[in-house]
Amino acid sequence: MESILIEICRYLIIIFMSVYTIQCFSVFRYSTEYERKGIYFRQNYFMVMIHFMAFLSLFAQNGDVKYLKTYVMQQLGILAILIAYRVIYPRANRLIINNMCMLITIGLIILTRVAYDKAIRQFYIVMGSATVTIIIPFIISRIRFFEKFKWAYVIVGLAALGAVLMFSTVINGSKININIASYTFQPSEFVKIIFVFAIASMLARSHRLGDILLSAAVAAAHVILLVLSRDLGSAIIFFVVYFTMLFVATRNAIYYCIGLLALAGGSVAGYRLFSHVRVRVTAFLDPIGTITNEGYQIAQSLFAIGTGGWLGMGIGQGAPNNIPVVAADFVFAAICEELGVVFGMCLVLLCLSCFVMFMNIAMKFEDPFFKLVALGLAVAYIFQVFLTIGGVTKFIPLTGVTLPLVSYGGTSVAVTLCIFAVIQGLYIAKGRDNRRPYVPSPDDFRTENLNIVDLDGELNGYV
Amino acid sequence: MFNRRSSDRKDKVIQGKHHIDSNREIGFVTYLFIGIFLVMLVYLGYYTQVKSKTVINNTYNKRQTLLESRLIRGDILSRDGDVLATTLSDNDGGYYRSYPYRNTFAHIVGYSTHGVLGIENMENYTLLTCDANIVSRVSNDLSGRKNHGNNVCTTLDTRMQEAAYDAMEDRKGAVVAMNVKTGEILCVVSKPDFDPNEVIGHWDRLNSDEENSPLLNRAFLGSYPPGSTFKIVTALEYLKEHNGKTADYGFECTGSFEYNGSVINCFNETSHGWVNFDDSFAQSCNSSFANISSTINKRGFETTLDELLFNNELPLPFKYSMSYSDIGPGSSTDDLLQTGIGQGRTTISPIHMLMITSAIANDGVLMRPYVVSEIQNADGGVISRTRVREYGTLIDPVYTGSLRNMMRQVVVNGTAKRVLDTNGYKISGKTGSAEYSSNKSLSHAWFTGFAGADEPEIAVTVIVEGGGSGGAVAAPIAKRVFDAYFN
Repeated sequence: MESILIEICRYLIIIFMSVYTIQCFSVFRYSTEYERKGIYFRQNYFMVMIHFMAFLSLFAQNGDVKYLKTYVMQQLGILAILIAYRVIYPRANRLIINNMCMLITIGLIILTRVAYDKAIRQFYIVMGSATVTIIIPFIISRIRFFEKFKWAYVIVGLAALGAVLMFSTVINGSKININIASYTFQPSEFVKIIFVFAIASMLARSHRLGDILLSAAVAAAHVILLVLSRDLGSAIIFFVVYFTMLFVATRNAIYYCIGLLALAGGSVAGYRLFSHVRVRVTAFLDPIGTITNEGYQIAQSLFAIGTGGWLGMGIGQGAPNNIPVVAADFVFAAICEELGVVFGMCLVLLCLSCFVMFMNIAMKFEDPFFKLVALGLAVAYIFQVFLTIGGVTKFIPLTGVTLPLVSYGGTSVAVTLCIFAVIQGLYIAKGRDNRRPYVPSPDDFRTENLNIVDLDGELNGYV
Repeated sequence: MFNRRSSDRKDKVIQGKHHIDSNREIGFVTYLFIGIFLVMLVYLGYYTQVKSKTVINNTYNKRQTLLESRLIRGDILSRDGDVLATTLSDNDGGYYRSYPYRNTFAHIVGYSTHGVLGIENMENYTLLTCDANIVSRVSNDLSGRKNHGNNVCTTLDTRMQEAAYDAMEDRKGAVVAMNVKTGEILCVVSKPDFDPNEVIGHWDRLNSDEENSPLLNRAFLGSYPPGSTFKIVTALEYLKEHNGKTADYGFECTGSFEYNGSVINCFNETSHGWVNFDDSFAQSCNSSFANISSTINKRGFETTLDELLFNNELPLPFKYSMSYSDIGPGSSTDDLLQTGIGQGRTTISPIHMLMITSAIANDGVLMRPYVVSEIQNADGGVISRTRVREYGTLIDPVYTGSLRNMMRQVVVNGTAKRVLDTNGYKISGKTGSAEYSSNKSLSHAWFTGFAGADEPEIAVTVIVEGGGSGGAVAAPIAKRVFDAYFN
């Protein structure tokens, strides 16, 4: 009887996740949030059902009451975040809220499965971070002088990264964490946001060569500090974010090409200079051949994904704990093994729909500073998703970054919630400017419609 | 209306209107990432559907027990559909693995009851993957029935396997046969053997028996001195150095050959009298071949050995031991003479000997050997099929004709006369009696050869450890295997 229940849950979870993901993109068909209301509501329903069925499966297998308690706690917590955003910010973008809660749900499900204690900890971190970050949209949407703190951002960012380099201990060949009391922080995660603000404030109003060089120097300083701390995943993210922002700010494709060349050059240099980069590349090229050594992690990840197959083994039915660092860097492999590759692909598309919405919001800004901030954060987010999913599936060499909001890791969760909140704030600010909720539509991507916003902020697309 | 960009409005932005229009760049970045992600998803789909099937078949993947508890391990079948391994249910509703042919297929089919060996190992996760159609899988899942794993169809021929197994009797050694045109492995026997049904019960004895090593598949993992079968290689090198002409070779054999202080004796110190090149090969005259070896170019010999895959990885889908030769420009004359007659430090596995033999039979072209022909789902639908593939040309076809004639002469009036009398097909081959210890009276009996009605069709290699004479012991075993194929 239990096994049939577990199987039913397994299939329904995949179906519900697929429907949820389709809805993430079908919202772009409608032009007003009002018309999308039905979709958003159904998304919430599917989210709750997936959470419920996953825990029903776990409970049916283990019969441990702790799962029931955890479930109730998690479900109430997530609904609280959802409702709080709705009540405090009625004009917020619900797709972003829904996806944020969905990612948290998926993260808590898989963490409960692979490392129960970490799931509990993660839950408290999520609730704490959500409580704090819920103020951010309010601040962002009211205060308009963020652009003025240019040098403060630079100093704080570089100081934080410098502190990591000087004071942190080496873990797995990298200096990433700073321990304060019994808590561990990854300052580079926070600096990511500050960095976006710094570059946005430098490039927003001026594209003189001198200013560009200055911004390049600031970006280079960040990247070099990260490389010296051997936090190469973050270094690449900063790098890509900078060149994307530069490209969009200057509208000059040559900068993007320079960035690409520099990235290629940097990768080769990194390969030559750092043994741990060579290890990653060796593992990427032949994980099975080097399984006793370099390739072990990737091979285990590939075994998990491959053995799980399209439909997965079912939650609680696989052996994801064979994968090293499964709760953090390799969480996607565990998801594919137990919930299926179909579910995993839906998860990737869900992240992509967040990104599309972020970029959509960036497009609607005529203020170059906020436009760049939205763009920078969107790229920082999606590029990190790309690095982690590409890494565990052996699409690209592993860089050891987390899957935002899903992986275990307090700093990562807190920072991602900040990013989502900042973008939500920008969206709300835009809506207030226009005295109407802002309405993105698929037409936004058509180049002939890209000039509809006028400088003084009047929206004439409604005519 | 939409593009109402008035020129009289003052730009608040230094350096003009770039900022608003940068939506085009944002759009570009958006599509760029969407593109990258779509490529990544296609890759992930490809991995899941195609590549993962081989990747997960790895001893480091610890999910075997887990999968075995969830579905019924698939069957292993012979080329005619005989069940070589299957899963049966016991009275308590549990399942156990059964091997109906018991010891006969022990090494090649292997077992999955105490670790995994053989095809059970190679296709471990294939047997534990269910590729039945989704409807029946879901309905099985939902009704609480276990799904059936995929079945593995092999190229093994039950009659040949049984013939080889019976012909070997209780002698130690190996028999392996393949189709020279396709690379299909037809039978693999290794002795001493074991009963895969009883591996668990007898594990300690099987695993600790170092004298007999019953778990070792000698056909693939055995490493033997090649003895006179190696004269095929020496003859090939001579042919290459003399553009295929052997007519002007002659040698007076007195039962031994001395050169620079090295002495080589013929088997049983027989004097073969006056021999030409073909006679030397047919009679397996050590003295004459030592004489030939003394003229051979060491560097050329090294190249030939390399082309024949000595000291190289073999194109095999299963574990094997690499063959070894240390002949090179720096080799001493003694080493060269010893190697030329198949003694010295050269070692070879029976499967490698078979591959060289089948390349000779197939005009120099080696087909990639394979033992798994098809993967079928539980309903008999084909999931994947192994393609027949050439590995490459090991031997210039200019010389294979001469080698085949010489190998035919071995059977017609040479050391393998015993197997001349056949029904409807012709055998060609080379015998060998390889000394393997300081006691010169002990030798491994080799026979490697091919047979066909007109064209060579299949090749067989036999080794009997300590069997003595290749012609007397090994060749008749090979003949029984050929008989099973042709009759």
